[in-house]
Amino acid sequence: MSVTKPLPHDAAPLHVSGNARYVDDIPTPKGTLHLAFGLSPIAKGKINEMDLSAVKAADGVVMVMTADDLPFANDVSPSIHDEPLLSDGTVHYIGQPVFLVVATSHLAARKAVRLGKIDYAEETPILTVEEALAADSRFEDGPRIYAKGDADAAIKSSAHVIEGTFELGGQEHFYLEGQAALAVPNEGADMLVHSSTQHPTEIQHKVADALGVPMHAVRVETRRMGGGFGGKESQGNALAVACAIAARATGKACKMRYDRDDDMIITGKRHAFRISYKAGFDENGHIQGVSFHQYAICGWAQDLSLPVADRAMLHSDNAYLLPNARIESHRLKTNTQSATAYRGFGGPQGMVGIERVMDHAAYELGLDPVELRRRNYYEPAHKVAEAEPAEKPLGHPDPHEDLTSRGAVETGNAPVRPLPAGGNTTPYGMEVSDFELHGMTEALLKSSDYAARKAAIEKWNAENKVVKKGIAFSPVKFGISFTLTHLNQAGALVHVYQDGSVHLNHGGTEMGQGLFQKVAQVAASRFSIPQEMVKITATDTAKVPNTSATAASSGSDLNGMAVKAACDTIRDRMADYLAERHQADPSTVTFTDGHVSVGEERYTFAEAAALAYQGRISLSATGFYKTPKIEWDRIAGRGRPFFYFAYGASITEVAVDTLTGENRILRTDILHDAGASLNPALDIGQVEGGYVQGAGWLTTEQLVWDGKGNLRTHAPSTYKIPACSDRPDIFNVALWDGENREDTIYRSKAVGEPPFMLGISAWLALSNAVAACGDSYPALDAPATAEEIWNGIQRVKGGT
Amino acid sequence: MNVTFLLNGETVELEGVDPTATLLDWLREDRGLTGTKEGCNEGDCGACTVMVTDDGGAKALNSCILFLPQLHGKAVRTVEGASGPNGEAHPVQRAMVDLHGSQCGFCTPGFVMSMVASHANGARDHDTQLAGNLCRCTGYAPIIRAAEAAEEQPVPAWVKDKPIAAPASPMLPGSSDELAKLYAKYPDATLIAGATDVGLWVTKQLRDLDPVIFLNRCDDLKEITITDDELRFGAMVDMNRMEEALTDLHPSYAEMIRRYASVQVRHAATVGGNIANGSPIGDNPPALIALDATLHLRKGDARRSIPLEDFFIDYGKQDRAPGEFVEAVSLPRQADRLKAYKLSKRFDQDISAVCGCFNITISNGTVSQARIAFGGMAGIPKRASHVEAALNGKPWTRETVDAALPAFAGDFTPMTDMRASATYRLETAKAMLERYFFEDQGEVTNVLEVSA
Repeated sequence: MSVTKPLPHDAAPLHVSGNARYVDDIPTPKGTLHLAFGLSPIAKGKINEMDLSAVKAADGVVMVMTADDLPFANDVSPSIHDEPLLSDGTVHYIGQPVFLVVATSHLAARKAVRLGKIDYAEETPILTVEEALAADSRFEDGPRIYAKGDADAAIKSSAHVIEGTFELGGQEHFYLEGQAALAVPNEGADMLVHSSTQHPTEIQHKVADALGVPMHAVRVETRRMGGGFGGKESQGNALAVACAIAARATGKACKMRYDRDDDMIITGKRHAFRISYKAGFDENGHIQGVSFHQYAICGWAQDLSLPVADRAMLHSDNAYLLPNARIESHRLKTNTQSATAYRGFGGPQGMVGIERVMDHAAYELGLDPVELRRRNYYEPAHKVAEAEPAEKPLGHPDPHEDLTSRGAVETGNAPVRPLPAGGNTTPYGMEVSDFELHGMTEALLKSSDYAARKAAIEKWNAENKVVKKGIAFSPVKFGISFTLTHLNQAGALVHVYQDGSVHLNHGGTEMGQGLFQKVAQVAASRFSIPQEMVKITATDTAKVPNTSATAASSGSDLNGMAVKAACDTIRDRMADYLAERHQADPSTVTFTDGHVSVGEERYTFAEAAALAYQGRISLSATGFYKTPKIEWDRIAGRGRPFFYFAYGASITEVAVDTLTGENRILRTDILHDAGASLNPALDIGQVEGGYVQGAGWLTTEQLVWDGKGNLRTHAPSTYKIPACSDRPDIFNVALWDGENREDTIYRSKAVGEPPFMLGISAWLALSNAVAACGDSYPALDAPATAEEIWNGIQRVKGGT
Repeated sequence: MNVTFLLNGETVELEGVDPTATLLDWLREDRGLTGTKEGCNEGDCGACTVMVTDDGGAKALNSCILFLPQLHGKAVRTVEGASGPNGEAHPVQRAMVDLHGSQCGFCTPGFVMSMVASHANGARDHDTQLAGNLCRCTGYAPIIRAAEAAEEQPVPAWVKDKPIAAPASPMLPGSSDELAKLYAKYPDATLIAGATDVGLWVTKQLRDLDPVIFLNRCDDLKEITITDDELRFGAMVDMNRMEEALTDLHPSYAEMIRRYASVQVRHAATVGGNIANGSPIGDNPPALIALDATLHLRKGDARRSIPLEDFFIDYGKQDRAPGEFVEAVSLPRQADRLKAYKLSKRFDQDISAVCGCFNITISNGTVSQARIAFGGMAGIPKRASHVEAALNGKPWTRETVDAALPAFAGDFTPMTDMRASATYRLETAKAMLERYFFEDQGEVTNVLEVSA
């Protein structure tokens, strides 16, 4: 079978030869125009007067547009319509698009936007947690609170209480391909949009609203992205809408791509958090209760911040059974870029919170940090009775709301009603029935030789004055499904041609993760044909409608199942037809090794397809899938938001120069749970890449804003993602030999986001090394840059 | 301007090109070769990497900050030319496919071209060769596996380029004498050496530079002369050649250069450019000042030589007259006591928050001469004269070091920016002196030399 084979990425030969085509590489029609935004230079205020005469007069400028020139919706928000394409007269962050230039070249457009003269009435921006809290500047009326048992009482009566507050920085996606879109006017009012997006349906919806046409008049095509990581879930809306409007206005094809600096200044990033914690432990390191206050810096518009902050709450337990827990989440509105989806979608922030608690507790209790963690794990996997949840009654949806967006969440307020304490349940009441980490931890400790290395590190630290080493373990339990339940659906369209070749489309987008190859492997397996007989082409809203974003790690789970359903429909039709011809029972028709066998007859798949065609059998089918068993009430904080959990565990060893805080990862060992992997090579690629990206978030990737709200780190010269030599010298990655206990596509598990959080072990290892410099807990902020490590060393040396 | 070069083996003769048109834009927009990608447009991500062959051999370069006239007489190979004439995969392309070196694929053409160049040169220090190529998907491990897998494969004939003859061109002087005349005629011209800084004036600041004079054909400015008394580097010596020349003489300086930007940038960047642009965070000046370097300037036929430290007057202000250019920098041959400490958020390809260079000579247990200079600590590269005074003539002991530390505050009042805070800068500058001392005592101090 094709599934389980470690095949290369389907586009790899195109990648290495320069033939893989991205939006900016698509040959454009003659006379194509190019766009750029004029950006707000202030973080908060009103526009008094705009003088764009010099812009209009600049070389190559064809048209200049402001909000007044937009014919229909001035809205690129994926949620509550609070994000105009062009300023409505107020500005809310430095980098907000104020006007749009349409010019004959990319360079001409970029040059022209700098000539705008705009007089602003500047107001004092809200930039920090303190300022936002003081002004009660937030999304939703007040904090969300999820609770189980009585955390405060449990903490109060605990033998050991730890508490602290730390800062957790955001993260720039730094997809190598910047945001880009190309709109080509078609006949009538139709528009074709090529967009580098994880969410073609949302692009279709926003463009249709902006052009005042039904969704059927807009076709969005996405062949591939040069990286997405969540940054192209909603952030491509502005470019696609701008291109479509300009294309409509000029009758020419219009293209827009952000220069890298513009991209980093305009678009949203991972949410920065402040997390305060208080936790109680007994003498043996069993957690009794924990209370978190999470302050998410959401930026100026709501975007996807509510579900991001929700997911942070939903991962505040990580792998640990918390008998009593209270999580209070504040979603703060600030005059900075609107924070958005980023790999893990809040999960990493929540997880760092509880891992910090475990690390701090192990330090205070003098217990081995791995042992303390294992004592608090959920119970091992066991079978529980599961009932299909009842469908909730539907009201009348607003057709202009982006129902396919994760921003389309319910809002409201409900009194906090804590869930009962106890049980093997999460703080939101979900039974954990597939917990794999006991076995995985044991296996990883052994394969990494943890105990001996820990002893060797202690010896090294006793003998070395300047360079100290540290080691740390961290587990991952990550919930798989969109928390907005109705997004957990997918469609596919499969054609079998008369020569036996197969063409398919599905709703997922390819951003490097290898989704197309995995899904193609599913199709090849269903028909039992060679991989090269299956082709997947660009994601296209005209082929598969109403798709969810390729996000939440859901791509293979959802689209694999939808493709399987479509393939099986065609396979059944072929089997029925051949069975009838041969007077056999359809259930005896088999598809194996590129052949179809019926009775004594054995056809090649191509022959069988040709026969079916001649027999006037439809060889085209759609497929559909919806995830079973899930239901979720985000207001009450209870239900089963996740179909299952994906697990992982990592151990990182680091060295720190205690004079300057410079540091390096020396070795990393990872065991990751991809279920029964559809493609182990691609899955290991996700794990290696996810780990390095996660470690980067917590170490060198520092976003710096100045006191006026200017992002000072807006290019790779100042914002430092890991480079080649930053990966661990020794990097052992293995997949856990298991299968999904739930009925997913070939019992595989989602793998896009979970490995990102394995990078937390790097941050904890740095903390461990810093702890060797003194006699108090290092209490590091994140990212732990060399400077932050150096600060931590001063703190532990001072004993504060 | 008229420019002649080879592109994937074919001769290209361009007339009337805008002198600051970049190779990347020309490839993508004029030539329709879209395999080469724009990732950052400032030479930091490597997605636009191409291979350029000149008399010095095959080099990886960033095409986004490479102006067309810089290619005059050279051979350019893009990712489209990495494969053979009949579509045969280059060994690194094959290895990248087989070993899963690409995910989203956008950085891949740049990686492939860096690997094609380093493979052609037989390089095996892959982490260093690829430090200038960023990948956000793979975590680099499979890319390195691919680079290793291709090591033993022969270099395909089709990537063995040779430079071509190209006619003289007015704004491309062929010697320092020609340059001197031309610059005297156009004293307001912008001189372009490697364009690793000036390139950004064009791609980011969108400045129109006119007139411009390109120095890449001034072969006599590329000379390195090492005698018993002196090391002399022509202004157009690129940083990779500088590193090579210093590897045995001043290994710590060479190691600092290894971490200076990336292979691609170092192939373009010149020592003269790094000095002449007067940046307070250039990494060469502090090392050269610590080594007591002399700067050689020329205007027309008039030459003068000054101590390098005197060249830097104030932030953005250097001792250079209109029409005057840097011809060379020299330093006395000396026993190696130099340690160059480059402190940055990331080890490779990052601008220094602090660059501290220490040249402390010990005779009979006493500091006989301390020359210490810093980048990133003031508006100019600057000597730590108070610290030097606190060390000179003192016994080389921990007590002396400790006693000298407060002197740093007399030398420097650093600033806070996105790279580091003022406190961290000042305190780590002190820590560097301690590190120098610890190193002398045989203590392990470098995390780059520690393994699990």
